[in-house]
Amino acid sequence: MTDILAKPVPVASPETAEYWSGAKRHELLIQHCSSCGHHQFYPRVLCTACSGRMLTWVRASGRGTIRSYTVVRRPVSEAYAPDVPYVVALVALAEGPSMMSRIVAIDPEAVRIGLAVEVTFQDWTDAVSVPVFRAAG
Amino acid sequence: MPRTLRGRTAIVGAADTDVGVIKTMGATQLCIEAIIRALADAGITKDEIDGLVTCNSMAEPYLYHAETVAEYLQIFPKYCVSVGAGGGTTFTALHQAASAIESGICNTVVIAMADSLRSGMTREKALAMQSSTGHPQFERPYGLPVPAYYALIAQAHMHEYGTTPEHLAAVAVATRQHAMRNPNAQMRTPITVDDVLSSRMIADPLHLLDCSLVSDGGAAVVLTSRERARDFRRRPVFLLGVGEGHGHEHISAARSLTTSAAVEAGQRAYAMAGVGPKDMDFAQLYDCFTPVVLIELEDLGFCAKGEAGPFVAAGHTAPGGSFPVNTHGGLLSHTHPGNPGSMFALTETVLQLRGDAGERQLDKAGLALVHAQGGIMSSHCSIILGREDAA
Repeated sequence: MTDILAKPVPVASPETAEYWSGAKRHELLIQHCSSCGHHQFYPRVLCTACSGRMLTWVRASGRGTIRSYTVVRRPVSEAYAPDVPYVVALVALAEGPSMMSRIVAIDPEAVRIGLAVEVTFQDWTDAVSVPVFRAAG
Repeated sequence: MPRTLRGRTAIVGAADTDVGVIKTMGATQLCIEAIIRALADAGITKDEIDGLVTCNSMAEPYLYHAETVAEYLQIFPKYCVSVGAGGGTTFTALHQAASAIESGICNTVVIAMADSLRSGMTREKALAMQSSTGHPQFERPYGLPVPAYYALIAQAHMHEYGTTPEHLAAVAVATRQHAMRNPNAQMRTPITVDDVLSSRMIADPLHLLDCSLVSDGGAAVVLTSRERARDFRRRPVFLLGVGEGHGHEHISAARSLTTSAAVEAGQRAYAMAGVGPKDMDFAQLYDCFTPVVLIELEDLGFCAKGEAGPFVAAGHTAPGGSFPVNTHGGLLSHTHPGNPGSMFALTETVLQLRGDAGERQLDKAGLALVHAQGGIMSSHCSIILGREDAA
């Protein structure tokens, strides 16, 4: 059993492997439905809009806006204590889907709902890079 | 005529264990203790139970939890199941148990839930376990404690409707005022809005006193058919309506941050009972964090969207207010042992509807709505309980 207090480094599953290999190359990949044009995140085996299975991977623009955010002052576990205070946010991508992420390289007090952000990547291990966002330049 | 659960089952026994910091009992033992007390309240023996529903424990998990509890008691039920929908578990369990009784699977079900998040686990582990509700690949790596998930909801509600930190704090203050009238509540010292706002910030805008407790404890109820209910010594409390709504599991996949599947849960429960929000004398609303109560007040039809903050700040939900909410003191001030948390809202409602709530007995307690949710505003269940078998 994995240690619940350890930092959870993402482990790819068959349907998310492509996403994480994209992240490793510092590309944010989302799924696009060839049948109906819907973009979706997180990766799934069917299109949630039309139930089709003609899904392709596309590179997202990496641009989005903050739907909501919080400044974490009390970390979830000791593994995150060095990061405090840190900003987690729900980011609405320009293509439509939302994703959870961090907002980095910004004064936490300057973060606002509606702020334009762009993706950047943190290399966590030799194999895993994680998308985070910063204020759009 | 369509089949309905309205008025078909009744709660005929209800009891809590001691709550708070209970070092003398493990989680399984607390569950057994709750059952023993509920059976005593109902005036029956364990051999009259033919259905058992539990929720698993985080401190003492079993792969087959309900079966373990049945074995411990040496009872041999016809219906035996463990449920898991977070805080909504209690009422989804009641929904399923009532359905099992109505369909003839069994006749008398005990629903018992307990955990020892405070004494059975380290604080670090209890917090980390609860936050594992986040998506393992797409949420948890970003390091959100549970309050942070709810803080995202609070910030969105503040942005969209002008809700303020003072409105959130007013929920904690009103709930504490109820707890002060409950001798069993963990937190009974008065607090003010300023106390909440000056308590430590956990995840903006949620302060420490916007967050619920971490506790040990359990509770159980006995549910039986309306026909059999008349044979029990306690005045039956009838299940008049029940409805569920399941909007998402992960908040990053939610349809809305500020309107929840409590809307559907409430509408389904009202439709079954043939009543509306204005008919309710009081409510118990899941209060793991203060903003949740505001969204539930709105989504369940007690306030228009955006009006719950001013409604609570005006004192309506406090003791003596026009619409008392969480008369036992809620998860914020009474107790919160994790998934079993809403059991105490249920047992409190039974006491109020029977007229057995002592010092905190409401003058008017004929019909109540009790609502719980689990995950991050994910799985919702509303129930409507009444003194009479029809509303």
